Amino acid sequence: MKTKSLKARNNKLADTQRQLDILSNSIFAEGELPFFKDKLAESGLFPLRPKKLEILQINVGYMCNQVCEHCHVDAGPDRKEIMTRETMEECLKVIRTTGAHTLDLTGGAPEMNPNFRWFVEEAAKAGIQDFIVRSNLTIMRANKKYHDLPEFFKKHNIHVVSSMPHYTRGKTDKQRGDGVFDKSITALKQLNSVGYGLPGSSLRLDLVYNPSGAFLPGDQAALELDFKKALKEDFDIDFHDLFAITNLPISRFLDYLIASENYEEYMYSLVEAYNPAAVDNVMCTNTLSVSWDGWLYDCDFNQMLDLKVQSQVHHIKDYNESLLNNRDIVISQHCYGCTAGSGSSCQGSVT
Amino acid sequence: MAKSYYDPADLRKFGNITEWSEELGTKFFDYYGKVFEEGALSAREKSLIALAVAHVVKCPYCIDAYTKDGLQRGITKEEMMEAVHAGAAIESGATLVHGVQMMNKYNKLSM
Repeated sequence: MKTKSLKARNNKLADTQRQLDILSNSIFAEGELPFFKDKLAESGLFPLRPKKLEILQINVGYMCNQVCEHCHVDAGPDRKEIMTRETMEECLKVIRTTGAHTLDLTGGAPEMNPNFRWFVEEAAKAGIQDFIVRSNLTIMRANKKYHDLPEFFKKHNIHVVSSMPHYTRGKTDKQRGDGVFDKSITALKQLNSVGYGLPGSSLRLDLVYNPSGAFLPGDQAALELDFKKALKEDFDIDFHDLFAITNLPISRFLDYLIASENYEEYMYSLVEAYNPAAVDNVMCTNTLSVSWDGWLYDCDFNQMLDLKVQSQVHHIKDYNESLLNNRDIVISQHCYGCTAGSGSSCQGSVT
Repeated sequence: MAKSYYDPADLRKFGNITEWSEELGTKFFDYYGKVFEEGALSAREKSLIALAVAHVVKCPYCIDAYTKDGLQRGITKEEMMEAVHAGAAIESGATLVHGVQMMNKYNKLSM
């Protein structure tokens, strides 16, 4: 298990252009597999255009207490990119006026941003219908100052979405690090104890599953049943929905795919599973992603590849929803990850 | 021609068998797809049966395919290995039960 980000290791893949080159070379350049653009055109879906904006996703920083092997953010304790209070002020202006019904905070571990609680309190006042915080669970056990997070989330009616790669210890720790499973179980129990995730509770607790290896997620509903049964029987834990998310071939997951000689096979799996029905609801069509330094992207993955929105407006300080909605979505071959099988988004399957 | 009998990339070409016999190929793949749908047995249970049979018939393509399928379904390595043992036990049992035939013949021929 690595303990540093690609960036801190000076790994070549920390360079986003290098990643984009890999995604456009070899099997794609040689014509073995079609470029995503051509595949979209084949289904009459190119260029990809946004629908109504529904979700504003804000990445408040890449710092994290974990260094997960598959992380598309290349997050970790050594990452210093953290959203400042000034940028948060800019975000709040947008949150107060946006037509989006969902606000989605992500990271890194968003809770590690020193202004996280202030930002949540201010944003909650805007009366957003669905206010999500993506929490990695272990952060709640990482330090005493985070122990009251469940109560804090409850106070602001936060919808907690947490990662849980498997209901067994071995698989979870292999992907996320030793001890992650036990800490996650403790955190889930804590969330349950304040009312999160219980049947019929309005305090939403959803789990995110993403495969721990070079394979696609199976049927989301079937996985949810398995997770629910195992977590209930073994630990008496309740949660609401399971989101099955496909690992996209970028950043640390791309590094893993190449190092384990699974890259080509994985890209074949993604392309073979291409589903035009998933394109209809792919998340970049209803989401905007804001980076820690205020730049705007079609999704969190494009953010990590530094592919900014193709619009007159590029930054939160110039935010203009109608201008932004009139744009073509920036794509590359990583996008096959969101259109494979039942599709994949930060809210799980899309078909 | 390839220098080995098995090439992992050939698995992706499985569908090509239909090109030389469209009717039979199509019928086979329709049947195959139907077999693995949810039924009285779950798709998960059928995946484990397929994995066990893949080992018994020693098909490297099927072993690759159903190990990956199992991972996708969240099937654990312990469950997969138990399935392989179930297949192996039947296979070795099938050999050993012929021992009775050997004993019968031995006894018949012996004074």
